[in-house]
Amino acid sequence: MSHSLITQATTAEEDLWSGLKQTYFGDREIRENAEDILSLEAPTRAEDAAIVPISVKSVQPQTAERYIKNIHIIIDKNPMPYSANFHLSPTLGDIDIATRVRVDQYTDMRAIAEMNDGSLHMVSKFVKASGGCSAPAGKDMEAAMARLGKMQIRMREANIGETTQAQVVVSHPNNSGLQFDQKTRGYIPPHYVKEIVIDFADENLITLEAGISISEDPSIRFSFTPQKHGVLKAMVNDSKEMTYSSDKQI
Amino acid sequence: MHLLISFFSFMALSIAFASESQVNRYSVKQVAEGIFYHQGNHEEANAENLGAIANVGFIIGEKCIAVIDSGGSFYEGELLRKSIRQHSDLPICYVINTHVHPDHVLGNAAFTIDKPEFVGHEKLPAAMASRQQHFARQFSEILGDAYKGTKFIEAGTLVQVDSPIKLELGNRPLVLTAYTTAHTDHDLTVYDVNSSTLWTGDLLFVERIPALDGSINGWIDALETLGERDVEMVVPGHGPAFDGKQSKGWQDLLHYLTTVRKEVRDIINDMGTIEEAIASVGTQEADKWKLFEEYHRRNVTAAYVELEWE
Repeated sequence: MSHSLITQATTAEEDLWSGLKQTYFGDREIRENAEDILSLEAPTRAEDAAIVPISVKSVQPQTAERYIKNIHIIIDKNPMPYSANFHLSPTLGDIDIATRVRVDQYTDMRAIAEMNDGSLHMVSKFVKASGGCSAPAGKDMEAAMARLGKMQIRMREANIGETTQAQVVVSHPNNSGLQFDQKTRGYIPPHYVKEIVIDFADENLITLEAGISISEDPSIRFSFTPQKHGVLKAMVNDSKEMTYSSDKQI
Repeated sequence: MHLLISFFSFMALSIAFASESQVNRYSVKQVAEGIFYHQGNHEEANAENLGAIANVGFIIGEKCIAVIDSGGSFYEGELLRKSIRQHSDLPICYVINTHVHPDHVLGNAAFTIDKPEFVGHEKLPAAMASRQQHFARQFSEILGDAYKGTKFIEAGTLVQVDSPIKLELGNRPLVLTAYTTAHTDHDLTVYDVNSSTLWTGDLLFVERIPALDGSINGWIDALETLGERDVEMVVPGHGPAFDGKQSKGWQDLLHYLTTVRKEVRDIINDMGTIEEAIASVGTQEADKWKLFEEYHRRNVTAAYVELEWE
């Protein structure tokens, strides 16, 4: 890419974001560079555009009075930029959430914390990766389809009162609708995970509303602190109204 | 050549000269009687190297010629075709693609003039259809002029897993074998019976870091049987051809993949994260491979998301 193209792209990127901001948040004010509220980690150069690990963390303690209610993930140049909305409960405690996304081309990625008072605070990162959305869903579609709906909750032995890390992962091709199928000479219809609900002891910890930017085999890794014994339960709903669930006694 | 220079023809001639020097620089090596390959550079594809980064070549029978992998750009396909014509005028009956990666298939269109049969794994057409838009977007940008003329041409003759086919070049049979998921989900090898030469496609990388685009378990399994085959010569997908009695090439690749697999499994079993795996797995292999930085962490990422389902 020549330098002149890059400078043009910068203004185009600003324009792109102002359009996206208007679309998703209307006239609401978004405070930028809000590193005092949350952090976004993503690789500068993604190794595999179809599997880009990202994580978001809260910087201030989450209390019942003041906590992050939602984290919105926006990947500016993806076909559907609005990629994820994590609904969070103060029960979760400090936020440390990771997932994996597809990145279609070099792009700004944003995490926007929406506080319980409705204020919006944004951090962003530029990620170099391309081809994640129209690249074929998997390295081996047959193997992926054979595992469809299989779920895992992976975690170490949890102790009551101690912060522990868990990962919920569901085997799902997460077809974006942008993948070409040679047999039908058309696009593979979108079939992706729309929602992942994670409850502990009948209380919701995280509800993820997701779109096609989430990688194949959607995964959420998160920290939480069980204050009593109970069941950690994960429920998944997809765009074909199929549901899958899994649970673990703690 | 004479120089009848009007300003106009001068332009045309300078292009002709450039391509002539390219042709002269584009060399093929003989592996055995009637088998030649161009050894790709251990680089990422770019406009200067014309995408000529993989091993591509041809086998000449008594009646016709088979091309094995057509090159990393339309331009490389043309250079390969010119090299063939320096060795033989026989018709080009087959263009065999060992798998879909751009460095192996982007030269296909340079051979349409010969009306060959395009041959590949049964899953090659699906792989090509699902990736071609992405490849076209990326490689037209990366390769510039060398890309011009590139078309994605699908294999019409397909090889099923578990039923190898024989192609006849005139007293020169080739055996084509299709594999279950390994380097990709559609790998194909070509065996030249007369000279006992095995053309591995990207099931074997020598010197250059492998790229995992299939299944690490499947690839390790495939290597364990392939490396045992008793052949005179081996032409890998990348790196120099070698005597079939040597096993170093096979062992190095197997060592890399088994190291990555073991370390990724250890991290998964210890509830470690994908980020930890990407940061730590297999880094001791760095000085053994060309382009390690470009591909290694991607391999670890792919291995992790496969192995977390074990």
